[in-house]
Amino acid sequence: MADSPFWMIWPGNAALSALILFLIAMPFLYAARMPVHGLLRALGQLAGGPLRMCSRWLLDAARTLQERNRAVLLAQGREETGQQIAREFERVAALVRHDLEGYPALQRKLLDEITRVEEDYRKCGEVPPPPPEWIEAVTAVAKVKSNGNEMVQRILEEIQKSVVVIHDKALAEYRRAYQSRHKILDGFMPFWRSLDKTLARTDSKITSLTERASVIDAQMEKFEQIAKKTDKAEHALTVSALTQFFIAALVLLIAAGGALINFKLIALPMSEMVGAGDYLTSTLRTSEVAALVIIFVEATMGLFLMETLHITHLFPRIHSLGEVIRKRMMWASFVLLLTLAGIEAALALMRDMLIADKQALLQSLAATQAVVADGWLTRIPTAGQMLLGFILPFALAFVAIPLESFINSARTVGGAALVILARAVAVALRLAGSFIRQLCRVLIMVYDISIVLPLLGERLVKAGRAGAKARGAGLQAGERS
Amino acid sequence: MRRRAFVVSVPLLGLAYAAGCTDQRSHAHAVYMLVDTSGTYAQEIGKAQLIVNYLLGSLQPGDSLAVARVRSRSFSEKDIIAKATFDNRPSQANAQKRALKEKVEAFTASARGSVNTDITGGLIQGSQFLKETGAGRKTILIFSDMQEELDKATVRNFPIDLKDIRVVAVNVVKLSTDNIDPRRYMGRLEDWQKRVKAAGASEWRVINDIEHLDALLKG
Repeated sequence: MADSPFWMIWPGNAALSALILFLIAMPFLYAARMPVHGLLRALGQLAGGPLRMCSRWLLDAARTLQERNRAVLLAQGREETGQQIAREFERVAALVRHDLEGYPALQRKLLDEITRVEEDYRKCGEVPPPPPEWIEAVTAVAKVKSNGNEMVQRILEEIQKSVVVIHDKALAEYRRAYQSRHKILDGFMPFWRSLDKTLARTDSKITSLTERASVIDAQMEKFEQIAKKTDKAEHALTVSALTQFFIAALVLLIAAGGALINFKLIALPMSEMVGAGDYLTSTLRTSEVAALVIIFVEATMGLFLMETLHITHLFPRIHSLGEVIRKRMMWASFVLLLTLAGIEAALALMRDMLIADKQALLQSLAATQAVVADGWLTRIPTAGQMLLGFILPFALAFVAIPLESFINSARTVGGAALVILARAVAVALRLAGSFIRQLCRVLIMVYDISIVLPLLGERLVKAGRAGAKARGAGLQAGERS
Repeated sequence: MRRRAFVVSVPLLGLAYAAGCTDQRSHAHAVYMLVDTSGTYAQEIGKAQLIVNYLLGSLQPGDSLAVARVRSRSFSEKDIIAKATFDNRPSQANAQKRALKEKVEAFTASARGSVNTDITGGLIQGSQFLKETGAGRKTILIFSDMQEELDKATVRNFPIDLKDIRVVAVNVVKLSTDNIDPRRYMGRLEDWQKRVKAAGASEWRVINDIEHLDALLKG
């Protein structure tokens, strides 16, 4: 019994001891009821108030951020669509310049051909001269009655012979006339074909122009939507930015893989140039950093090349350069990139030689017979490495395009993610604040339940007093009446 | 505009920072191999050649390797058979390795047994060589049965300095007396461990199976 806890009034019976202690404490708890209620309410306010304020502030911040994101997104969209429209107009201008600059000559040729066809047609329309007036005479002769007169008979026969000869002659002439007209019509064919071809060419040019016009119409409609700041335009731009973000991230990931291969190709031979025993950090060799620097320089040259070619727009300063300087810069970037690609190819060759030397050494150390490989077969990996070393810098140059997309879309995606995060945290803080306030209320109720007996007594006393007062008031009223 | 400039400049600044704060510590590894040629242990010299070959294949440009023999008195530069600090260029380092291999091969072909075994003298010589290399990691390999036998004139019973040096005993074969009482073998190794640790060595290790030489250079 001696080792029982100090609070155990009834040794060996914890429940009874606790009950007795609770009964002893109950009057004190009842006495402290109001201050405890006040304390719990104050604690609820203390914890819940700042949380609610933080939540409200975060919601406001999210709203502001969203507005800002919207403004930036629409501005970006307006800029991009404007550039696209400008590009479409450039295409139309190029189309007009290249395809339709010969349109006047084409039109003149067309008119000439039409005129010629018309003339020929007119010639075709010229019918042979009408039969001579002697038809009426023949009719009159035909009405003459011979009545068996030999003289008349002979005259008629002579007339018939003459008529037949003349008829044959007229028919031959008529046929000749039609033959010449058929020849003219036959001569139409090349003109018709040429006319058809010219018209088809004109039609195709006009069609491509119409297509460009419809694309410009669509872009203009999009531009108008953006200018009006409609929700539809904002939604379309957000979705587009999200797609761009993931596609650009994927392409950058692939490019990082290419850069890693590039690094592996040149890290070992770089140790031949800058030494293999120098370290920048405990794990990073100078030769590895040198290889990385070469890759970064290649990427930078690629970036400048893309900028000067007006493919990307990361550096406005480059775009504001004069045309001559811009072209010089473009050539300088290209030459540097070409030089670096050549260096990489040489390094890839050196790598192969170093590895072969190391292999030979290891084989001599292992005292095993070196495997003699076929000459041209062993050269395939060497040539492949050199080719890869030459190609990869140019492939890396194109990283500038997804990089620009990534940077541009990351602003939108990051902003949207930040808004979602701020709202989520705001909701969580609000919930936490409400929970703490409700918890304090529950604690007040639990406190009151624990002192239910004194509270019951208080209620009875109050009810008794109220009854006595009511009775007193009733007696006074009875006396008055 | 500023954001884009920042994105582009961060990697360049990182590189500049890395270039300005180079690691001045030496990352080279220096190895001093003592080859016991005394008594019956001289028969094991073929295995020593294998170990040297393994070291030549594993050490990197910038590392150092010295091979020395253990004789009756081994505290002498004359006992160093071959030594080289490999060039930073891998091609040159390979050429140096070939030359060192040839020297060691010539030694193993003509090695003669000594009367006594002065391992302590070899350790002192090795310690001095390793300190002179200035390498970040230093290892002494003792290819011996670890049975030290000194003549009466040779004094080696004083504290030696092997601070920050790994000491690895390789191919510690059992003597015929060890077979009679294995405690002699255990006691011999224990004595060497105590002595080496007292000298400030960073590690003491025994590798008897030369099939597991990968632990030779791992600290």
